[in-house]
Amino acid sequence: MAVVFERTKGLTPISTHYCPGCTHGIIHRLTAEAMEELGVLDQAIGVAPVGCSVLAYKYFNCDMHEAAHGRAPAVATGIKRVLPDKFVFTYQGDGDLASIGTAEIVHAAHRSENISVVFVNNAIYGMTGGQMAPTTLAGQRTTTSPLGRDPAHAGYPIRISEMLATIPGATFIERVAVDSPANVRKAKRAIKRAFEIQLEGKGFSLVEVLSTCPTNWGIEPPNALKWLKENMIPYYPLGNFRDATKEEVSDGQ
Amino acid sequence: MAKVLMKGNEAIGEAAIRAGCRYFFGYPITPQSELPEYMSLHLPKAGGVFLQAESEIAAINMVYGASGSGARVMTGSSTPGIALKQEGISYIAGAQLPCVIVNMMRGGPGLGSIQPAQSDYNQSTRGGGGGDYRLLAYAPASVQEMVDYVQLAFDKADEYRNPVLVVGDGVIGQMMEPVEFRATAASDLPPKDWATTGTGGKRPPNIINSLYLDAEELERHNIHLAEKYNRIKENEQRWESVGLEGAELVIVAYGTTARIAKSAMENLNRQGKKIGLLRLITLWPFPEKGFAELDEATKDLLVVEMSMGQMVDDVRIVNEGKRGVHFVGRSGGVIPSTALVEEKILEILERSE
Repeated sequence: MAVVFERTKGLTPISTHYCPGCTHGIIHRLTAEAMEELGVLDQAIGVAPVGCSVLAYKYFNCDMHEAAHGRAPAVATGIKRVLPDKFVFTYQGDGDLASIGTAEIVHAAHRSENISVVFVNNAIYGMTGGQMAPTTLAGQRTTTSPLGRDPAHAGYPIRISEMLATIPGATFIERVAVDSPANVRKAKRAIKRAFEIQLEGKGFSLVEVLSTCPTNWGIEPPNALKWLKENMIPYYPLGNFRDATKEEVSDGQ
Repeated sequence: MAKVLMKGNEAIGEAAIRAGCRYFFGYPITPQSELPEYMSLHLPKAGGVFLQAESEIAAINMVYGASGSGARVMTGSSTPGIALKQEGISYIAGAQLPCVIVNMMRGGPGLGSIQPAQSDYNQSTRGGGGGDYRLLAYAPASVQEMVDYVQLAFDKADEYRNPVLVVGDGVIGQMMEPVEFRATAASDLPPKDWATTGTGGKRPPNIINSLYLDAEELERHNIHLAEKYNRIKENEQRWESVGLEGAELVIVAYGTTARIAKSAMENLNRQGKKIGLLRLITLWPFPEKGFAELDEATKDLLVVEMSMGQMVDDVRIVNEGKRGVHFVGRSGGVIPSTALVEEKILEILERSE
């Protein structure tokens, strides 16, 4: 009988700890499939964050580091400078990358470290039980913004992709979502392109993936996907924010 | 090999390169900036990489990544910068990775000063990161010793899969002395088969990690670490003792302060006093074995530090109330004079009579 679908070799054959309806599973799969299809699994070194995906080092079927909170881009820098011919990626959430680890991500992009980053934005701290993240939407209720995020008090949610796209060293920056089959396919293409850019030696690449957190949002999984589409995408528009491999070099450079 | 005149911080860099260190991640801070400056010029010539990190925190995490990938790697800083690195050092110790960290101590607390100090004894021996971990900590007293112990530090880091700290007060980093780079003994170190270099399709994935969510698993890990630290305690205590036999009083000091103490000791011994010196070379493990060599005739110990008194606590612990333990120190970047040490010794001897 013809095989129509197989589990990717990029993931270990163990069950993840993610909550029902969480989209980390999809994003893990896309990341792993992209590595498998590009033939880099046996050359890959990944860096897991602190947050819900802290145990990613158990799930990706390649060499892994577990980093301190927010420091994955610095750890990946250390690895890549020692092993410039190997494939190095980080997998980070929004508390990790957009809050405690902003210095590390900004400077990794600034140096155009030849690494790839999968940045999962679900607008909340999941692992610690649903606290406000820098990416939490205005008015969104969390355990530390129980009356809804008040921008006058806590600031507006941070748009990481737009910010990083202003950095000359950021070769490839794209935002995708995994709320529909069509968007999942687009997310896969973006992640694969980001990885190819590293393999071509062209520098820093990051894909921001809008993701759900049904448990801490307090919304059942199908409606969580709907909530993502109706609330997150208007504030966090999808699309490519920078692809320096396509930009023409200006006369001034 | 002929001796060359070198500034302490630069000699550290050269010693590291000769020990096979090919990666340095650091951040500028006085009084150790000559070390990253030296590395930025000389590491690329040796086929290595120098990278100036965006912060002390990033630098130590780059060390974590590089070490986990099997490289000989180093970082350096000074007191408040080392404080910023402490979380990363705890992770490196927890994940059992080798690396060498240099601390050219300056005055504190807080921003303190840029002058020499020894007020990081506690930071060196107790650390600032979380958890039950220990660092092998060398405290050389000359530029030559700095070179020798930096070279040894890389081997010991690999041997024990543990970070090794090399601690100097600002004086050693800044002064120039003649040094000789001796060939290091061929070491019989195990292969780094735990490093993440890509599986190559030939082995299961390697994982560099300090997370153990299961309580009993973490306890087993901590017991394993404790056994390693006990081995270090048993095998790696180092000290220098001078004139312990028949000494009425023994000075306890390390680093630059030990050189001042030695001068004071010699001055008083010329006057017919019987003074000895016990100089710590390892701050951790604390050289308890050196204290076991103290003479029955020794009634008093004088601890001299460039701090308000930190090592003196460990001297009290090892002393177990047997002898009088006294302290004299200067702080804030003030270097204690031989006259101050002599004065204090005479005062103690007078009281004992």
